[in-house]
Amino acid sequence: MSNDGPTPLERFINGIIPENPVYRQILGICPTLAVTNSMEGAMTMAGAVAFVLICSNILISLIRGLLKPHLRILVFTLTIAAFVTIADRLLAAFMYDMSKQLGPYIPLIIVNCIIIARCEICASKQGVFAAFSDAVGQALGFTLGLATIASVREILGFGTWFGKWLGWRVIPVTAPEHWSTWVIMILPPGAFLTLGLLMGVMNWIEARRAQTKKATA
Amino acid sequence: MNYIASLLVLAITTALINNMVFHFFVGNCPFIGVSRKVDMAFGMGAAVTFVTTIAAVLSWITTYYIMSPGAPLATWIYRALTHDPSKVSDLSILSYIVYIFLIAWAVQLVEMYIRKFFPALYKAFGVFLPLITTNCVILFVCLEIMKHIGQGASDPWGLDKALVYAFFAGAGFLIAIVIMAGIREELDHCDVPKSLRGPGITLIVAGILSLAFMGLTGVDSNLAKMINRKPPPVEETAQAVTAATTAMK
Repeated sequence: MSNDGPTPLERFINGIIPENPVYRQILGICPTLAVTNSMEGAMTMAGAVAFVLICSNILISLIRGLLKPHLRILVFTLTIAAFVTIADRLLAAFMYDMSKQLGPYIPLIIVNCIIIARCEICASKQGVFAAFSDAVGQALGFTLGLATIASVREILGFGTWFGKWLGWRVIPVTAPEHWSTWVIMILPPGAFLTLGLLMGVMNWIEARRAQTKKATA
Repeated sequence: MNYIASLLVLAITTALINNMVFHFFVGNCPFIGVSRKVDMAFGMGAAVTFVTTIAAVLSWITTYYIMSPGAPLATWIYRALTHDPSKVSDLSILSYIVYIFLIAWAVQLVEMYIRKFFPALYKAFGVFLPLITTNCVILFVCLEIMKHIGQGASDPWGLDKALVYAFFAGAGFLIAIVIMAGIREELDHCDVPKSLRGPGITLIVAGILSLAFMGLTGVDSNLAKMINRKPPPVEETAQAVTAATTAMK
């Protein structure tokens, strides 16, 4: 097994913060924006993406010797489409309500750039173990991105966190009179605004950290 | 509702109210990535509209005749093979793979055709063509069309409605990305906070635009009402006019 390129551990850590798919690479924005008005939807989506990402990364890594350069993108997409069909059927069988709520966004995982990018960058070049840890790292990074956005939107929009599954209220029902839930956070504009502002916060933290590092050095 | 009016309402709903970018969030990657210059944005939008329309026609035909539950062609083959006239085929589990294949094929075909016969057009949007195989708009339109075909569909669409839907979905994307590019060209002259530069401010602007597009909600139903309203009988109008004039006096 040729193992030039980053080690599995580097791949794994890379996916979570330094190359976070949502905030750093800005890939796969469609589901990030569309399903994050509640934590349940976001976590289900993250689970589906993780399943597809891990399975297709492993499979592509196994067949990487057989890939022809000009056909590789097509092979990636068809592999992903097969796994997405499996994920879609599983969701429809075991979590019917969630599957109805997410609707077309589950099949849209096929054209989610994260998975194709990981197949192209890592799985088609490195061994199975590296591809697996890369997929897990990226999936965790994606989950983290979705969770932050969904937390902001659900807490401000409904006043709850995991409202339908656990029923936790963050903002009590007897909140001060001048507080009312921000309906805009649940509607489409809230998604764009939240992601834009969170991205700004991320960049700001990064810049601060770089500055302090430079000051201490 | 008459035929033209229903198509018109569908077109306006798709392009403006349920805009692909601002309402369904599909096609965001090119929306953020390629919206730096207006001419590039227009090229991308036009390419997407073009391929969406072609892919939608192809997917309507395959879904209607082959893949939907009880589709005529597939059922006929199934019955001929099994010699059992009570069998009904259902290939809808294959739909995602078939759509992806169709889209990739349509993109390739369009690229080759344009390169051969319209070199000027190829120069204008040829670079974007390979990129849009993985554009969510096209797959989303195919999936929407799939929902409206078959026995379970509450509002079955013919090829005409599918075509109008696909074209105006692409047009909605074109409108959104061109508006965005126009704003971003002006944004270059602004003093944006350092950490928001690039995608951050683009997303915030998109949020405000999306808020503006929400203002169009309800235009479709009012338009349908306006088209369908029968003109009131002549006598009633005359009475109303005299009543109004006497009231004014």
